[in-house]
Amino acid sequence: MAVTRRQFMRVSAAGIAASTVGALGFGDAGEALAAGVRPFKLERATETRNACPYCAVACGVLIYSMADGTAKDAKPKVVHIEGDPDHPVNRGTLCSRGAASLGYVHSANRLKYPMHRKPGSDKFERVTWDFALDRIARLMKEDRDKNFVARNRDGVTVNRWLSTGFFGGSSLSNEAGYLTYKFVRSTGILAFEDQARI
Amino acid sequence: MTNSWNDIKNTDLVLIMGGNAAEAHPCGFKWVTEAKANNGAKLIVVDPRFTRSAAVADVYAPIRPGTDIAFLSGVMRYLLANGKIHREYAKAYTNATYLVKEGFKFEDGLFAGYDEARKNYVDRSTWEYQFDDQGMVKVDDTLQDRNCVLNLLKVHVERYTPEMVERIAGTPKAKFLQICEMIASTSTPDRTMTSMYALGWTQHTTGAQNIRSMAMIQLLLGNMGMPGGGVNALRGHSNVQGITDLALLSTSTPGYLVLPTDREATYDDYMKSRRFKPLRPGQTSFWQNYEKFFVSQQKSLFGKAATKDNNWAYDYLPKFDVSYDVLKMVDMMAAGQMNGLFCQGLNILMASPNKAKVATGLAKLKWMVVIDPLETETARFWENHGEYNNVDPKAIQTEVIQLPASTYAEEEGSATNSSRVIMWHWKAVDGPGESKSDMEIMSALHLRLKALYAKDGGAFPEPIVDTAWDYKKPENPDPAEVLKDINGYALEDIPDPADPSKVLLAAGKLLPTFAMMRDDGKTSGGMWIYTGVYTEAGNMSMRRDASDPTGLGIHPNWGFSWPANRRVLYNRASADPDGKPWSQRKKYLEWNGQRWAGGDVPDYGPTIAPDKNVGPFIMNQEGTARLFARAAMPDGPFPEHYEPMDAYIANPLHPKVTVNPVVRVFAADAKSFGTPDKFPIVATSYRLAEHFHYWTKNVHDNAVLQPEMFVEMGERLARAKGIKDGDWVEISSQRGAIKAKACVTKRIRPIMVDGSPCDVVGLPIHFGFIGLTRKSQPVNTLTPSVGDASVNTPEYKAFLVDVKKTTPPAAQPATV
Repeated sequence: MAVTRRQFMRVSAAGIAASTVGALGFGDAGEALAAGVRPFKLERATETRNACPYCAVACGVLIYSMADGTAKDAKPKVVHIEGDPDHPVNRGTLCSRGAASLGYVHSANRLKYPMHRKPGSDKFERVTWDFALDRIARLMKEDRDKNFVARNRDGVTVNRWLSTGFFGGSSLSNEAGYLTYKFVRSTGILAFEDQARI
Repeated sequence: MTNSWNDIKNTDLVLIMGGNAAEAHPCGFKWVTEAKANNGAKLIVVDPRFTRSAAVADVYAPIRPGTDIAFLSGVMRYLLANGKIHREYAKAYTNATYLVKEGFKFEDGLFAGYDEARKNYVDRSTWEYQFDDQGMVKVDDTLQDRNCVLNLLKVHVERYTPEMVERIAGTPKAKFLQICEMIASTSTPDRTMTSMYALGWTQHTTGAQNIRSMAMIQLLLGNMGMPGGGVNALRGHSNVQGITDLALLSTSTPGYLVLPTDREATYDDYMKSRRFKPLRPGQTSFWQNYEKFFVSQQKSLFGKAATKDNNWAYDYLPKFDVSYDVLKMVDMMAAGQMNGLFCQGLNILMASPNKAKVATGLAKLKWMVVIDPLETETARFWENHGEYNNVDPKAIQTEVIQLPASTYAEEEGSATNSSRVIMWHWKAVDGPGESKSDMEIMSALHLRLKALYAKDGGAFPEPIVDTAWDYKKPENPDPAEVLKDINGYALEDIPDPADPSKVLLAAGKLLPTFAMMRDDGKTSGGMWIYTGVYTEAGNMSMRRDASDPTGLGIHPNWGFSWPANRRVLYNRASADPDGKPWSQRKKYLEWNGQRWAGGDVPDYGPTIAPDKNVGPFIMNQEGTARLFARAAMPDGPFPEHYEPMDAYIANPLHPKVTVNPVVRVFAADAKSFGTPDKFPIVATSYRLAEHFHYWTKNVHDNAVLQPEMFVEMGERLARAKGIKDGDWVEISSQRGAIKAKACVTKRIRPIMVDGSPCDVVGLPIHFGFIGLTRKSQPVNTLTPSVGDASVNTPEYKAFLVDVKKTTPPAAQPATV
């Protein structure tokens, strides 16, 4: 969602400068001064409301993104992150982790492509999403069909699959979390855990 | 949290124990500063280390890691012995006056019903109330009967004298009594204390009982449901609250419902134990609505396939025999009982105790899928990193698929903070390269698996094929549509119970409240506690009205606080039984003759008059809070001090029962615990202000701020071991050894335990062999794979080690 707090501030500042100078009798000089006010660096950036990805205080943050304007890279990138001054919990502040979170978004260790490590290999090799997803679905089905437990020793229907486990993330959105729940639970996996304990 | 970050400003006393908010939650800690500056509040910090929270405390007291129950039981003893409890509150709003069964006892470290051979309480029948012939609990309002809960509690905590607390916990008696006095000052109706805790309380073999001890103290003081009161979990990840609510957990389903067990063969068996009839006259016992929440959830999960005829697809859910939590999973992996594993944003090689066991387990898997925005140690567990991960890739046959996920900046959706406030965030940019959102990845995997089962059949395909994924864009659903699915809909017209000719809610409409949920299949809703977050009026998690009409930090129109947009839980207890605020200074809700009035949503029937005598703890069958937990906790109805599994001393209270007697110990770990003759130093692990878990070692600025692993140790220990600040040190435990740089400090001092000095060392958790920081072996190389008796949270916070000066590790490049 694009919000123009900074644009608003700039226009206001210029307006005050123009009218004040105008009131002193300098006439057109006001307009010249307004044109000379240095544009805020973030003026062209898009402001997006988000939340810090780290601890559960979940401080409000404002993410500023823009394309660098060259033909080489026309896709918008995050250029700045700061605390959201309207957020009732953090009121614009961020800690040493949150204040450096731009470096997380741009970390050199961000993953970009699906990778595959064959048994016994000493390296990852790039694969396509189609290869990776099909392979995972096949591996799951093979293991589930072989090891699914429909009934326990007493003959009670238990419908569980114990030979595959799932560790879920605790920084997923609620919506991603619910889709994860639906996906995992539908298979009968019981070995299912998140970061709540650890 | 029972209360909220903003509510901390209303408090008169902050107790930070089992956490370190100034460093781990700095922007939440500002509300402590606010309370100190503008409400005259005092801050107490109890911690083995003199932390940055301690640095701004009014009173700091040291404590030996793993002895919190001894300390807190000592506080309870002080309050009871000195009459410093909120007597009227405790009598009306807790089970203090209830009579417990005659056979209940506690002797030599064990409660009634223990079976030595099975290492468990096999008979918990006496951990129960006395009932009359109507099935109602017998009470003694005069508190004379020796079987009253309050009298049993007095007897139980009598052993925790200030001298005993000092002997076990090492907290000097004078300091302990000063803290007791400060805590006792909040037993008056016009003062409250807030408790702020984190993993320093949960990560023990007595973790759940640590927190229970504080809940009991707050109930005795009358601080629950009050502004500036409560028991407040600070919590770790940005959405760990939401993901816990959503039950990405072994034995739960969303909204704190429970998966069926093997003992519940049929739907009727399952529901029979969940009818939750009131145990006192006229009580709400809100869990009586369990079936409405369960059926609505099954409709959300399985859509049209969940029908009355198939008991709402009851058999589509797996039943559990035992808990398959993280420790159990690792044990199964190491025993070769698992073939496949997914790690979605969870770096198990770093995060689980006993790294050697995890590494063994991962190498026995046939395949592993890692879904993460970052490189992780787990994804590269097969890669040789010299002494930091000394493995032979050729010998490891595990197939690994690594999928690039997006981050918070690259997706939209809601997350729930530790105040239980659900807040929306918006997408700023696309992720790098070919990364995809977790929603898209989960959808792709589900749809592919579904297609395979639809086409080829296989083992019990129904729950997969029938799972409701009928979103408008099934391959990448709109988060708003999924939040609506969680909230729930009317699937058919819902008739008004008072006049069935009228329609309360038309088919297709979003449910405005969980009170609208039905058990006849007419409603859906993935998680009842979030119902109300997305109504016909819009997405409440997007609300950004920061106004605070009462000035109490309620912010009722900022996001949506579950349940029902309630900001302080149990808030009916902020008023006395007649509905008047306990004090004007702590006024929160009051009965105005027609309804409960105040700035928050009542945790109560909004028009139930005080003279109906409905208790404020509406989720409990009693309507009151439990000082005596009945059989709800596996290790006893009252908390008891047990030593950590790496026991530093024999338990002074009962040397024959030193550790928690019902802890689950896997056969493979039987010899994995350390003893003080070989490992005479107590260690605890913790987090730094400059790092978040295992993520920010991949972030340049944070890696510059804290570039490498260190061990914090006191001057006495350093002197004794000939270690100087900056020396390399080997830290070893029964599980393994790591190297770290010595940080010799006055912040950790020896703690006098049972008459002798006990040295403590502190170890930050953040460093591994992947990232921009210098390489290190994970700190969890040292920790034991054993967990809390109640919920199996690993015991990271108290274990035994030895330290010695060593040579520097081999030089390593600082990057991947």
